[in-house]
Amino acid sequence: MTESNYDEIMQLLCDRLSSLTNSNAQITPETNLISQLSIDSIKLLNLIMEIEDTFDVSIPINALTDVQTVRELVDLVYKIKTAS
Amino acid sequence: MNLLEKIDAAAAARIALLPNGVGAFGIPIEEVYSATEARIGDRRVLLLGTNNYLGLTFAPECIQAAHDAIDKEGTGTTGSRMANGSYFGHRALEREFADFYQCSSSIVFTTGYQANLGTISGLVGPGDTVLIDGDSHASIYDGCILSGADIIRFKHNDTADMEKRLRRLGNRIETTLIIAEGIYSMLGDQAPLAEIVRLKNQYGCLLLLDEAHSLGVLGETGQGLVEKTGLLQEVDFITGTFSKSLCSIGGFCVSNHPQLEQLRYISHPYIFTASPSPATIASTRAALELLRNGSHLRKQLWNNCTQLYSALKEAGYELGPDPGPVIAAVVDTPQQALLLWQRLLEHNIYVNLILPPAAPEGKSLVRCSVNAAHTRDQIQHVGDTFTKLFKEIN
Repeated sequence: MTESNYDEIMQLLCDRLSSLTNSNAQITPETNLISQLSIDSIKLLNLIMEIEDTFDVSIPINALTDVQTVRELVDLVYKIKTAS
Repeated sequence: MNLLEKIDAAAAARIALLPNGVGAFGIPIEEVYSATEARIGDRRVLLLGTNNYLGLTFAPECIQAAHDAIDKEGTGTTGSRMANGSYFGHRALEREFADFYQCSSSIVFTTGYQANLGTISGLVGPGDTVLIDGDSHASIYDGCILSGADIIRFKHNDTADMEKRLRRLGNRIETTLIIAEGIYSMLGDQAPLAEIVRLKNQYGCLLLLDEAHSLGVLGETGQGLVEKTGLLQEVDFITGTFSKSLCSIGGFCVSNHPQLEQLRYISHPYIFTASPSPATIASTRAALELLRNGSHLRKQLWNNCTQLYSALKEAGYELGPDPGPVIAAVVDTPQQALLLWQRLLEHNIYVNLILPPAAPEGKSLVRCSVNAAHTRDQIQHVGDTFTKLFKEIN
């Protein structure tokens, strides 16, 4: 997968997170999903299902234990996508 | 933020949801009068928020069996099933569950929660996959987490979505366990079992069905959704609880796979806890007998379910898709749900309040649980009260 694909995942996730949280605040790679965006666990799990469908991958929800920021979520999706 | 400050923040969020000190969760019940009535504060209330589906909490056979067991065997086993906690009754109950489900193996656990925790964490492990319904009970999620297996969710009761995720698993399918529930506890809807079975056979994985809410409720002899659909032999593992239709506490797993027996030696939730007390086992055995022969109770239960579901539907409430013992009024906001819950209690009706994120899709629920001991007049009263309150909360 090329660098542009990583950027594509980042852009897509930022857009989706923005609409999910109805937030006017700018979402950056370092934005914390829980403390800054206040995404509850169910919203996050549903977002993962959307990401799975968008990129046609399986993302185990237990892998989310290491994810706190937008960048870490993008890293996870990118890693799974490139391995598939 | 330190550990205690984090807990304080969570407590503040909970208090903000329930203003004026309303104690909707863990409400103190002072006295229990019958399977349908109790005292809360100074109110004699109608119980519409218990899981006592067959109304057997005061069945004389169960009470007598529990008394006899205490007299003969004492109040507790004081040990694990693995050590000194496997009495005659525990083994007899396992044989009776195996017979009931026409299965070769059966294990009794100390709680229903542990039945899922112990079965799931015994069946799968790191490197395996569990494919679970998005609305699964917390005991299923926790069992999956304990197992270390990869957890993939599919949209609630959506078998097209499930198949998409099965397909993506590729060659990992042979180490995949699908998990569904007979009746889901939030909206009371049933799993599309025929289609789930078709997919599990097509892809070649195993299926676990949790019949916690459907045991005693569905099927001619009360086996649950497996009996209603005629698919008993197609489901690999069935779990369930004693704390609903069987009116005690405990859980079970049955299977025709002989490997189930091995779980006794590897499943921590089975090994590292005390076994159910003799009284619990004795009353459960008596209740299982009543459940198996309880087609008259199921008939009464379903009459009550249909009566209340129709009344609430007619009043304009949004409900789950299937009538059943779990009937949840779905409202848009926590404030509406709280108001409805409070007003019902003021009318001496106790129901369950479920707020986000526990309720699906950000909605809030006021959930009724109907039982076979409710009278037609009691159900009528509940339906009339909901109807009267509809305008007030909208």
